[in-house]
Amino acid sequence: MTKRPALRRGVRLTYDDVRQTHVVLFPEGVLVPNSTATAVLQRCDGESTVNQIVEALAQRYAGVRKEDVESVLDRFAQRRVIEWR
Amino acid sequence: MAVNSVGPPMGLLAELTHRCPLHCPYCSNPLELIGRSDELDTDAWRDVLTQARELGVLQVHLSGGEPLARPDLPELVSHAADLGCYVNLVTSGLGLTAERMDDLAERGLAHVQLSVQAASEQTANRIAGTRAHQHKLRAAELVRQSGLPLSVNVVLHRANHDELPEIIALAEQMQADRLELANTQYYGWALRNRDALMPTREQLSAAEPVVRAAKERLRGRMEIVYVVNDYFDAYPKPCMHGWGARQFTVAPDGAVLPCPAATAITSLRLENVRDRSLREIWYESAAFNAFRGEDWMPEPCRSCDLRGQDFGGCRCQAFLITGDAAATDPVCSKSPHRPLVDEILAGTERPEFAMRGRA
Repeated sequence: MTKRPALRRGVRLTYDDVRQTHVVLFPEGVLVPNSTATAVLQRCDGESTVNQIVEALAQRYAGVRKEDVESVLDRFAQRRVIEWR
Repeated sequence: MAVNSVGPPMGLLAELTHRCPLHCPYCSNPLELIGRSDELDTDAWRDVLTQARELGVLQVHLSGGEPLARPDLPELVSHAADLGCYVNLVTSGLGLTAERMDDLAERGLAHVQLSVQAASEQTANRIAGTRAHQHKLRAAELVRQSGLPLSVNVVLHRANHDELPEIIALAEQMQADRLELANTQYYGWALRNRDALMPTREQLSAAEPVVRAAKERLRGRMEIVYVVNDYFDAYPKPCMHGWGARQFTVAPDGAVLPCPAATAITSLRLENVRDRSLREIWYESAAFNAFRGEDWMPEPCRSCDLRGQDFGGCRCQAFLITGDAAATDPVCSKSPHRPLVDEILAGTERPEFAMRGRA
């Protein structure tokens, strides 16, 4: 798989001091991703492939599985948070 | 629901002014528009934004009326963006120039929602009550050039429903990222013009396959959101994400509303940012706590399986049609008041529009 996920135009991943958690801000609303989803989104730079994202995550976290990362990405694609390049 | 189980709000709809160059007969602003002299000043709006962010607000919709009518709009965009909010400009496009667009984008504006009245210039200008259509085409071009995402919002009603295919084509031509096709919701001016705005069942049936085909064809390029009017449904639309749950509105004069249409509920005692902090109003005011949770629900809502999904339907619609804001939304097929809605739908009287801001 050589497709590269990127945050869509107008989507911002940022840290909310009030809730003390990462949030995704986009035209449709606000999402509060869990820590796994946040780690994936932080690597959606439009340059890394899914395999590269999985490798990068595996270097930092134990038990990273490619199918989990793919399912997180699919969900965010459906919510129009990421797009494939 | 105990007050301390209420979470922080996500969104603020800031109605900076009720002044607007358009006269749309479905305007969601109240019939009694707030005049310029009663509007919050710049410092007061800055303070509202600061308090809102501290309270948890992440999305700020700068709306109106026409927010571009406020000379301090750029300063308010900067302030909200600097606080870390996602700032959305909800505009008619009138008054937008290349300079203003670039300036707002530079100040951190995140998204523009542009209203469009119809596909054909003649229909669009008739609905807007002014020659607005060409300005909107230009405004869309300016937003696109700025690189910001663009949503086009079209309120649908009997006078423009037949133009739906052309409206979708126009949004494509404008290169919108999203197209919101929202059937009129009957509050404010729209309620006053309900008989003239109500689409026919034939129009609604014709729209469905058009929307479905366009969604399929444009998937991945332009998202299409189609909102029906629940008068035609068996169950009501949900009250937002629940009353006082996710978002609030600040009116031009500083009144704080649990829902943009809440001035309709005359039995609700609204509080004002001039008198109390947003935090107190959000968590403690009677208006915000009036319909939180489920304790206020009468039957048939109280024992209904759908109460967690639709929250009893719309409180404003319940008040406007039944006179009781705590009643089950009368569009619900389980409501004893449903015959009132059927009577409205059966009504054949079709008067002309009463244009907003025109005697």
